[in-house]
Amino acid sequence: MSKIKCQCGHENPFGTVLCERCGRPQTEEAKASQLVDMRYEGSARRSQTYNRSIVDRIWNFFSSVKIGISIIIAVLVTSAIGTAFPQKLYVPATTEVELAAYYERLYWLFGTAYYKLGFHDMYNSWWFITLIGMLGISIIIASVDRVIPLYKSLKRQRTKRHPSFMKKQRIYGEGPTEKPDVSLGKAEEKLKKLRYNVKTEDGALLAEKNRFSRWGPYVNHTGLIIFFIGILLRGIPGFYVDETMWLLEGDTKAVPGATGYYLESKKFTMETYTKDEAGEVFGEALDRVGMIAKNYQTDVALYKDKEGALPGSGDQEFVKDYSIIVNDPLNFDGFNVFQMDYRQDEDLKSMTFQLMEKSTEKSLGEFTVNLVDPEQNYEIAEGASVVLSDYYPDFDGMENGEPKSKSSIPNNPAFIFKMITPEKPKGEMSFVAIQQTLETEENAYKVKFVSAEMRDKSGFVVRKDKTLYILLLGGIIFMIGVIQGSYWNHRRIWIQKGLDNELLIAGHTNKNWFSLKKELDKVQDFADLPAYEDRQDKESNLEIKEGEQS
Amino acid sequence: MGLAALSSNLLLVSFIAYLVATLFFGGAVKGAKSEATYQNNRWGKIAIIITIIGFISHIGYFITRWIASGHAPVSNMFEFTTAFGMMLVGSFILLFYLYRTPSLGLFALPIAIIIIAYASMFPREITPLIPALKSYWLTVHVITAALGESILAISAVAGLIFLLKNIDLTKKSKQRFWIEAVIFTLILVVGFVLSSTTFKLIGYEAEFTYIDKNEKPAKIEYNYPPLFGMHQYKAITPEVMTPWAEMPAIINAKTLTTFVWAVTTGILLYLILRLIFRRPIATLFQPFAKKANSQLMDEIGYRAVMIGFPVFTLGALIFAMIWAHEAWSRFWGWDPKEVWALITWLFYAAFLHLRLSRGWDGEKSAWLAVIGFIIIMFNLIAVNLIIAGLHSYA
Ligand code: HEM
Repeated sequence: MSKIKCQCGHENPFGTVLCERCGRPQTEEAKASQLVDMRYEGSARRSQTYNRSIVDRIWNFFSSVKIGISIIIAVLVTSAIGTAFPQKLYVPATTEVELAAYYERLYWLFGTAYYKLGFHDMYNSWWFITLIGMLGISIIIASVDRVIPLYKSLKRQRTKRHPSFMKKQRIYGEGPTEKPDVSLGKAEEKLKKLRYNVKTEDGALLAEKNRFSRWGPYVNHTGLIIFFIGILLRGIPGFYVDETMWLLEGDTKAVPGATGYYLESKKFTMETYTKDEAGEVFGEALDRVGMIAKNYQTDVALYKDKEGALPGSGDQEFVKDYSIIVNDPLNFDGFNVFQMDYRQDEDLKSMTFQLMEKSTEKSLGEFTVNLVDPEQNYEIAEGASVVLSDYYPDFDGMENGEPKSKSSIPNNPAFIFKMITPEKPKGEMSFVAIQQTLETEENAYKVKFVSAEMRDKSGFVVRKDKTLYILLLGGIIFMIGVIQGSYWNHRRIWIQKGLDNELLIAGHTNKNWFSLKKELDKVQDFADLPAYEDRQDKESNLEIKEGEQS
Repeated sequence: MGLAALSSNLLLVSFIAYLVATLFFGGAVKGAKSEATYQNNRWGKIAIIITIIGFISHIGYFITRWIASGHAPVSNMFEFTTAFGMMLVGSFILLFYLYRTPSLGLFALPIAIIIIAYASMFPREITPLIPALKSYWLTVHVITAALGESILAISAVAGLIFLLKNIDLTKKSKQRFWIEAVIFTLILVVGFVLSSTTFKLIGYEAEFTYIDKNEKPAKIEYNYPPLFGMHQYKAITPEVMTPWAEMPAIINAKTLTTFVWAVTTGILLYLILRLIFRRPIATLFQPFAKKANSQLMDEIGYRAVMIGFPVFTLGALIFAMIWAHEAWSRFWGWDPKEVWALITWLFYAAFLHLRLSRGWDGEKSAWLAVIGFIIIMFNLIAVNLIIAGLHSYA
């Protein structure tokens, strides 16, 4: 494509609207218009210039802000629909049938439709993910399409502009002054005080500040893209672990997802606020709502396989003790273990028994069997003890006259005790299970159930997320970009000599015109410049005119 | 006087100060000929001083309550909404000093007043924190998010002034309909405050048992005559009215009852006003907007979004993700409250792009600002009360 040569002699890339150097309009349209479109300095953007190949078409599609906004709105609307009813994640159902039934039971026809359309899993649906992908592509292409030409034309701009450029600015004024050179000099002085960068050339002046704010949108878009990349990386194994784990008090289990690590739960605690401790300020609230939870905590110990030991060989070393509470996970080796859930009083922890003489119902004493890790011998009194000769944690009836255990979890514990008493120093055998006692021969003593203690269960989530730092980086860059683009704005003021004693002034800012005008007013007062007008603010212009008449 | 009581009194002081300041802003606007002349009007100066006194007292409320409860007072509906009202006034003061336009105060303060009144309808006692809320990040997140939202809300105030000034209310039009709808919504909020206060003064109470969504028995107390009953309800309080209808388990009939009472009161109030004045209620407010400069209001609307958007992003998304990661092990969970924060954010992103790249300024931009405020309020009120998720302040 051929270059466009401006009257000033500068060669502009094909598609340029305003000459990069002097600002003369290059297209018929720009020449005819009242105000020029200054958004990208009238530079040649790929998307506005080429429209031939399929690549051009795709490029143009994604670089359009109209398309970009449509994608944003589409994401917005789909997200909103996803909040109408609970998402799959929050529904207490495990199978598809249960899910369907849940939506139908609670939301009738709407629920069924919602489920059938796949809205119940909106944020993992292919169309939602496609939309996010399109958003990312659009951000990249739209930014590249604009940032390069914008950068070039801001770098190439000349101080002295053609009057036709000045006249087409939103803020413009012209008029005679007594001493144009003095005014220009004073204007320069004042503008420098207002912290503008001032350049002069041949009776013309360009004052500019905060050009860096123009890069804000591109910086923030970069941040967004980094964020998206972070999310994409989660698909790669090793970057992301997300597991759940239930752990009973007293148990030790391998940590899912973290090979070689083991977690032991020492104790689970749940506390509620009591009126005394909470103090009187909370009294009213506790009266109204009743119980309010105060703390969920699991005291744990972490172990890991010794260096060189085979996994699961039991050759472990202690790493650390920790109290995991809500908002304070256990950290190790890039993993986090969060306190997420609990169950109380569902699982047996230990049982307490009495050794009793049958005829007199006289107790010799009590003993407690730990159901997870039982001891063998229990001393009860002088000469009286109980030996646990066999233990069936999950008793499941007899097989060939032998008791059998379904699992090692103490769901239905059964015991064979050997009772040693001064009268029967050889010991008597007794089989004890819940609700039944069997004896091979008539015994003088029995073991009687007294009470059971329950264990609590803690629900943990095990997380490892190497992408967090990438996400955080994206977030920080995004913030830098938005702040850069929002809290500063790019302002330019042109002043130059016209014919005779005339001065022309023009101003442009990408936003916040009010502040630009305030600064311009200060310069105008100080340097005796001609009046200017804001061609978009009809009302104040009217007020000023009315003021002049009265 | 205990700290908690002191705190309540300070809130009352600021409420009254805002009322008085509104009158002075009104005087400033009335006494001036145009935008250009009222910038340094004496009434306006007094008004902003009273506003600042009210604001300081409001901060006093916030700090004393913080000390009394031991945690930042943003942990339930009353506290959060009151804090939001406080930040709204703070944001107004900031923008007032940037642009010095009393019109903004004349509209921003009444909105803050309505918000504080709305907040006071919720249980006001100090509640201890449940474990998930005990986090430094939560405090930072909620305060920053509310601050961002309040600055964004100022843009809606400027937008509203722009619209009232520029829409021709003498002729029937789509714009006239919608601006009236906005005013109507504000009247509904007043209706809620009125009905709730009335039954509170009477001391109405009715207790019921019912079966909840998870098919467990539960108990609930109504503060309004129960128009709708909970799922399989049974009255505990003797001689209360029998609800008209029983609701299925997913609908909170108590909320629905409150809602219907509020809306009915609001509609009645609106109809009475219409009967008295015999013209759209928006026309009553129009004279107060007449002197504002359109270009300036447009600029304030945009500037407020420019200032508020980064703050909102930081508070409602970034800090929220950090906290969610600490408390729930995942930085994002598609919980309704989160999604609505995202929606708000996307909406304002669209707003900025429409303005910057498609030249949507003036009236279009003003409408967008008003819609943005509606989304924020939806997230604050409806999502909390209706689509209860993890965040909901029960
Ligand atoms: C959620 C996604 C997005 C966010 C948060 C975002 C954020 C922003 C922000 C804050 C600005 C500055 C606006 C202003 O200063 O008024 C901006 C500018 C811009 N954005 Fe985006 N953007 C997003 C998506 C997109 C998309 C999809 C496109 C694609 C068309 C796009 C294209 C642009 C363009 C062309 C500008 C103007 C740049 C300039 O004039 O220098 N953005 N964006």
